[in-house]
Amino acid sequence: MNKGSFEVKVGLAEMLKGGVIMDVTTPEQAKIAEDAGAVAVMALERIPADIRADGGIARMSSPRVIKAIQDTVSIPVMAKCRIGHFVEAQVLEALQVDFIDESEVLTPADEENHIWKHDFKVPFVCGCRDLGEALRRIGEGAAMMRTKGEAGSGNIVEAVRHMRQVQKDIRMLTVLREDELMAAAKKLGAPFEIVKLVAKTGKLPVPNFAAGGVATPADAALMMQLGAETVFVGSGIFKSEDPAARAKAIVLATTYYNDPQKLAEISMDLKEAMEGLDIASIPEEERLAKRGW
Amino acid sequence: MNKDLTIGVLGLQGAFAKHIAMLEKLNVETIQVRYPEELDRCDGLIFPGGESTTMSKLIDEMHIRDQLAKFDRPIFGTCAGAILMSSDSGDSRVPTFNKVPIKAHRNAWGRQLESFISEIDLSFDTDPFKAVFIRSPKLSEPGKNVKVLGKLKDEIVLVQYENLLLSTFHPELTDDTRIHEYFIKLVKK
Repeated sequence: MNKGSFEVKVGLAEMLKGGVIMDVTTPEQAKIAEDAGAVAVMALERIPADIRADGGIARMSSPRVIKAIQDTVSIPVMAKCRIGHFVEAQVLEALQVDFIDESEVLTPADEENHIWKHDFKVPFVCGCRDLGEALRRIGEGAAMMRTKGEAGSGNIVEAVRHMRQVQKDIRMLTVLREDELMAAAKKLGAPFEIVKLVAKTGKLPVPNFAAGGVATPADAALMMQLGAETVFVGSGIFKSEDPAARAKAIVLATTYYNDPQKLAEISMDLKEAMEGLDIASIPEEERLAKRGW
Repeated sequence: MNKDLTIGVLGLQGAFAKHIAMLEKLNVETIQVRYPEELDRCDGLIFPGGESTTMSKLIDEMHIRDQLAKFDRPIFGTCAGAILMSSDSGDSRVPTFNKVPIKAHRNAWGRQLESFISEIDLSFDTDPFKAVFIRSPKLSEPGKNVKVLGKLKDEIVLVQYENLLLSTFHPELTDDTRIHEYFIKLVKK
């Protein structure tokens, strides 16, 4: 019996496609997310908007909170560890979380190295802003990618920028001649073998989801139409005035992302979305997407 | 050779794209089903794997439950799809269509760390099948006339009941087309 292989890890990512993964901080929120139709929840101590507001060091959630959430819902439970903090990852694996997010939303523990994810049996998801970053993480063993966006901003602009960049980089590779791929790999700073694979297939070898700034059903549908296979929603749900209704609406929008009529119906009775931030108002050093490389 | 057939894949959530790719490889006309009226065009239907709670909610939200309940052509349910087709999911969050007299047990193998790949034996072929199990359910208490087509040691992993096929694993995640071919034969009958 083969457990924890790359194929098994990517298998779970495949099952999460066409769904919404929601950030939750309590078992009660996890229940709301599951009832709304989330395919998975991300257990966190604070949602990104609060991490941003509170400042200080953001770390892995308390195991007690994660356990309480696991005991409440039947859908997969994910949790975040700091970039490079492989011991937090070991703890999360011991807790049997279903996916680990090595996330820029938490304060990085290593400014040079990310976790060597091949050493783990639990699958990892990592953030990226472009194809080079995505392929470096896949080279380290990530079984799912998500574009970073700007977490906790309620502003979709960075998520769009990163998704478009990844897709554009992929399209570029597919039109290159074989003898141009090594130079492309050098420019991307990405492992050559994976660059060759992407050039041949025209897609990432793992599912690609979107994150960071989704606040409305239309935001979710926008990311899907741009090529995301699932959407992560962080602060967008529990910072809004009507979490349960909004969560449900975003779930529907992720399935019916190509149907404007349905999207209009879905969005009809929602209350106020979370308050958003203009990215220009966030000082460079406070931008979460810049963490990791 | 299969172009006169149309097989629908319920495209609400989960691994539907992988099933579509598999059917296209077998030269079958395929549609992704998201609206009730699309079921009318299908000679057969695949209920893919994904999250059964999510799928169950989308089925209600999109008012497709009645049409799915009435659909009497062949259906192939994988993993979450098999749970929804069974007589009982063992979980009040997931009502089933009660199409196959067999009990399902959600996530019975455990969490993702317990997901695995293993060879299973098929009753209709001598070569074993490399089966991918992702947070899979278990099946128990098959009713009369439920044929067990696949087993992993003592566990039932593939069954047929009339024109319905259920697997607790994911044949769409491999390159082996034998189980999809078996389903296509059911659709052709």
